Amino acid sequence: MSDVADRVKKIVVEHLGVEEDKVTENASFIDDLGADSLDTVELVMAFEEEFGCEIPDDAAEKILTVKDAIDFIEKANA
Amino acid sequence: MFDLAGKTALVTGATGGIGGDIAKLLASAGAKVALSGTRAERLEAVAAEIGENAVIVPGNLSDPESVANLIKQAEAALGGQLDILVNNAGITRDQLAMRLKDEDWQAVIDVNLTAAFKLARNSLRGMMKRRHGRIINITSIVGVTGNPGQTNYAAAKAGMIGWSKSLAQEVASRGITVNCVAPGFITTAMTNELDEGQKEKLLSNIPAGRMGESTEIAAAVLYLASDEAAYVTGQTLHVNGGMAMI
Repeated sequence: MSDVADRVKKIVVEHLGVEEDKVTENASFIDDLGADSLDTVELVMAFEEEFGCEIPDDAAEKILTVKDAIDFIEKANA
Repeated sequence: MFDLAGKTALVTGATGGIGGDIAKLLASAGAKVALSGTRAERLEAVAAEIGENAVIVPGNLSDPESVANLIKQAEAALGGQLDILVNNAGITRDQLAMRLKDEDWQAVIDVNLTAAFKLARNSLRGMMKRRHGRIINITSIVGVTGNPGQTNYAAAKAGMIGWSKSLAQEVASRGITVNCVAPGFITTAMTNELDEGQKEKLLSNIPAGRMGESTEIAAAVLYLASDEAAYVTGQTLHVNGGMAMI
């Protein structure tokens, strides 16, 4: 598993207070992990800070699963 | 009670009577206060009165670029993220609706409604992270009752109450409150220009029998800014001597 994936999952676990094994790559923040829409905004803020990148609003709206976040960040930091 | 030690605040329109008194009271409760406004000399004077708890962040809310940068500039000047935003700045362009020019409608909406919202939005990031924030919007009794000659102003002030309620619902779970204070007739440079006849007519509609003082608006803001008001959100606190009971 990549370093980015580890760090993304750690943020999700901390922020949403969910069990680590629930945070699979295909898990949806809202449907599977109990996030509300404001949680998703906060997650994007946390990703931006952790990875030092900017996630524009139109991209942020498409980050619905753990994998979406990992893919975006890996592409942004490539 | 109402201790703001260690907190930071931004007051827009701090050059006016009400804004200046709000800034002074928040500072006297221990907050470090950023003063924003268009008149440099007045800003200096208010800052000098407050002393070391004041910093100056010039800004003109008619200028979109100034609006976009103000929160960042205030946080830089304060040396930390914002805890308390007081959207006090406002302008008037009074005219009967039939004679109201498009630009005078727009100018009032831009400053009183749109700029205030953008400042609130731009201050949320830090507040959300720290799970604490206070957004206090100075609206007006006119936004609830209407007033001839002020369609633009009343629309902006009513709009402010509306977005405050929506935003309050969005961020309540993060420890951020969003409230309005609605002054009635307050003794300011503007109301001092009324003649005796106008004043008498005005006072006949105010059960308290007098105009309000800007310090009485500041006191309402201090309460809403305090930790003690943590359970009050989405409200409009009317400070008007009883002239309207809503």
